[in-house]
Amino acid sequence: MPLIEARDVYGGYGSMNILNGVNMALEAHEVGVIVGPNGAGKSTLLKAIFGLLHVNQGDILLNGAPIQNLPTNQLVERGMGFVPQEKNVFPSLTVQENLEMGAFLKPQNVKRMLGQVYEFFPPLQEKRHQPAGELSGGQRQMVAMGRALMAEPSLLLLDEPTAGLSPLYMNEIFDRVKHINAAGVGILMVEQNAKQALAIADKGFVLAAGQNRFTDTGAALLADPDVAKSFLGG
Amino acid sequence: MADNNYTPQDATPKTSSLPLRELCLFGALLIAIAGVYAMMGAAYSTRMLVEAACYAILALGLTIQWGYAGQFNAGVMGFVALGGVSAMLFSVPVNEAFWGSELPAELGKVLLYAIGATLLVVAATKLNRLGVPKRVRTVFAVVLAIVLYMVVISLLRDVTAEIESQAGFIGGLGLPPWTGWIVGGALAGVVGYFIGNVCLGLRSDYLAIATLGIAEIIKAFLKNSDWLTRGTATVSPLPWPTPGPETLGFTLSRAIYLSLTAVIIAAIFFLLHRAYHAPWGRMIRAIRDNEVSAAAMGKDINKRRLEIFVLGCILMGVGGGILASFNSLFDPNGYLPLNHTFLVLVMVILGGPGNNLGTIFGAVAVYIIWIMSEPLALYLMDLAVAFGAFAFDWQAPSTIDSRALQARVMVIGILVTLVLRFAPKGLLPEHIKQHD
Amino acid sequence: MNELVFFINNVVIAGSVTGAIYAIGAIGVTLVFSIMRFAHFAHADIMTFGAFMVLVLTTAFPSVGMSIGVPTALVMLPVAMVITACLAVGIDKAFYKPLRAHGVKPIVMVIASLGVTLILQGMIRLFSGTGGQGLYVDDRKAIFRMLPFENVRVPIVITEPQIYLFAITLVAVIALHLFLSRSRLGKAMRAMSDNPELAQASGINTNTIVAVTWVIAGGLAAIAGTLLSLDVTFKPDLSFFLLLPIFAAAIVGGVGHPFGAVAGGFVVAFAETLAVFNWGVFLRPFRDSLPTWLELPSNLAFVGTEYKIVVPFFILVAILIWRPTGIFKGKVI
Repeated sequence: MPLIEARDVYGGYGSMNILNGVNMALEAHEVGVIVGPNGAGKSTLLKAIFGLLHVNQGDILLNGAPIQNLPTNQLVERGMGFVPQEKNVFPSLTVQENLEMGAFLKPQNVKRMLGQVYEFFPPLQEKRHQPAGELSGGQRQMVAMGRALMAEPSLLLLDEPTAGLSPLYMNEIFDRVKHINAAGVGILMVEQNAKQALAIADKGFVLAAGQNRFTDTGAALLADPDVAKSFLGG
Repeated sequence: MADNNYTPQDATPKTSSLPLRELCLFGALLIAIAGVYAMMGAAYSTRMLVEAACYAILALGLTIQWGYAGQFNAGVMGFVALGGVSAMLFSVPVNEAFWGSELPAELGKVLLYAIGATLLVVAATKLNRLGVPKRVRTVFAVVLAIVLYMVVISLLRDVTAEIESQAGFIGGLGLPPWTGWIVGGALAGVVGYFIGNVCLGLRSDYLAIATLGIAEIIKAFLKNSDWLTRGTATVSPLPWPTPGPETLGFTLSRAIYLSLTAVIIAAIFFLLHRAYHAPWGRMIRAIRDNEVSAAAMGKDINKRRLEIFVLGCILMGVGGGILASFNSLFDPNGYLPLNHTFLVLVMVILGGPGNNLGTIFGAVAVYIIWIMSEPLALYLMDLAVAFGAFAFDWQAPSTIDSRALQARVMVIGILVTLVLRFAPKGLLPEHIKQHD
Repeated sequence: MNELVFFINNVVIAGSVTGAIYAIGAIGVTLVFSIMRFAHFAHADIMTFGAFMVLVLTTAFPSVGMSIGVPTALVMLPVAMVITACLAVGIDKAFYKPLRAHGVKPIVMVIASLGVTLILQGMIRLFSGTGGQGLYVDDRKAIFRMLPFENVRVPIVITEPQIYLFAITLVAVIALHLFLSRSRLGKAMRAMSDNPELAQASGINTNTIVAVTWVIAGGLAAIAGTLLSLDVTFKPDLSFFLLLPIFAAAIVGGVGHPFGAVAGGFVVAFAETLAVFNWGVFLRPFRDSLPTWLELPSNLAFVGTEYKIVVPFFILVAILIWRPTGIFKGKVI
């Protein structure tokens, strides 16, 4: 049984559909990467999975149970974590308080998970009493991912985690993603840096106009000349 | 979003079909008015209609602010009071006891001092151009402003105390009332310009707070400036621009006054209708509906907003003047947030914000309900008291009548919240047209 | 020295008393603003409601306080706080929540809160009448007079309720600080005020936070209203006169900034008392040595007490012109 599965999903804002029948499935402990041109519905798919967007038709299953249109706090309870692309920290809260908010539903986790998150992201430990709004973009991204990890998710959704970061931080973030995955967390992320992302992906989904264009392993998609020509810039 | 989900078909103009809704509502209103005439007599009912007409002008002022532009003015009362005091000052007979004494010269002198002091302070703020360090200049200007303010205010206190003891108050100018109405509108516009300039670029809540405040300040000023308004002693009678009841009797004279206000409303209505459909009106609504894209199209948003806010305030000032003249009484204590702000608000949101016809309907309908609710509330309270005395041997407090009237405050509040929830666009919603 | 004592009585003590009341009121307004993003105009009437509950309870059991040696009104305050908190939550459920669910603009919420203001006003006046009533029903208001300087005729006067007022304000502010910085719910409140979408995505139940906010706002409003009524008398029609200074305080302190609201409350209150203070008092001792052409007017106050409301308005306008985010940089412009 897949960890997360989308079956023929239609959805969007109001009655306008942006997703026009998307299918995808990701097994536990896998890294899935969604790529595609602007406006293909990549972030929309992520938001639909996390209940931030109305699904008009189709099913989204987490561990086989339908979850479409559930309130987000229930999804967090069921083991899903989401890191938005923008505004992904609480700027006036300290780093540690940001992380604690991630474990809001599991307060008994805080101590243990804080240690684990600081292990994943060592820079955060020394800045733990600083307001998150004062951090650099890359460190904020770490805070955001750390916050989502605090609830011990089985699936982590990342919306363009490297957007706007310097190449140095970009590599760092991809590296962290691999580490987190190695610790047993399934990852589904949307990425603009398609080549780099597909390189670490177990599965890749190429979306265009709200539909799957190609679905395969990351390596196979990278090797596919059609995909390379149309979506990876040659 | 619930209010965005109209489909393009709904948005096309429906003006070609018979305006059934309008006809029904106005028909019901006519029946209600006829009912009031039958029950309460012509003189009383005509008075009610004139007052309703004055409120319609206030409501039109609020509907262009709230309905056209989404600005919420929580201080209608202040602008109404400004119109009222201006109507009073211009139309009341000249007070010889004041003008015959040396007091006008004294008052003029204080005014000159005030102008002189202002110029001095302004000059002091420019001292840095003469090489004075900026910090020294600021301190000097502030100290100078405080000292000069104290001097001028002390002189003013002396003169106004003299006026109050010798002449009562400065009296009016003895001019026709309409001059006061126009100046009242201008005065309200100036105050509106000042408030709007400060608040319109900020969150819409701040405008509500500021207007609420200025209304209380205007009232406090009018109430305590006995030399200008006789304060709580009230000024009456205010002359009418039309023949008064002493020559024509109550009903006829009031009917003539009513036709005057009706002509004014018709003129305002016509002008607003033209403006609403002119490019200016389209621009205003574009800003209300989508500020970001309107700004992106290069429209000067804050200037347009200020225009509409000032225009609304002017209408409130004019309406307030007409209302005060009709009541033939200027009583600063009679200006209540409930009667002059919230009642107008209910008229607008119930009638249909942004729809002039709906606003006028709302004004007349709500005013009738309001006026009729007074005897009704008293009657119900009497009933409750009688029941209490009968069943529980309950001794009602002597203030029971004033408390019954408080119940109407509650009704207005409930009405506001219910309309916002269940009929947010009012009984006669604004026609949303597709612009091409 | 008489003049100094006069100053202490009329400015330092009076300003601190008003400041404490404004501060507690402004905290409630700023909390509601930061969580629900609208200016809650009914706050002053919730304050009045809280004080009215204390009045009702004190009238019903006038001698409870005697047995433990505190004014009955203070014994009743916690009960009134609970009732007022329930009222605030109930008002939200009945009037604001449906509008929020519709996603209306904040200004519509403002109008709805004005509707609630009217409902509360009408209700309170219906039951209490329109006159003022003391909260000291059976207790005696103790007044302390101190003569700190030699050769001074006038004592420094401080009353029992004023001492309670300072103590309660201090406790309330510290408790709120601890709640917001230490407790899980308090931190979640700050998180929601920072970024409501992310708070929701973190699994924070925003409905719970909204309810907690109303409980705190209601409880604080009951404190503020009661302290005000203890200091003077219970008056049902203070509403609009309280709103302006409280909003001015919240905006001066930076909206969404509870401790800014405290500072703002004292700024506004001291500005008020300093503006109505008769500065001529300080010049009086020199009266005989002044040249004869400089005749001192008897009243050297900036504004008369009847125009006190001008002061918060002036502060509001000044802060909106020069620094709309407030002195402590609030979140909302």
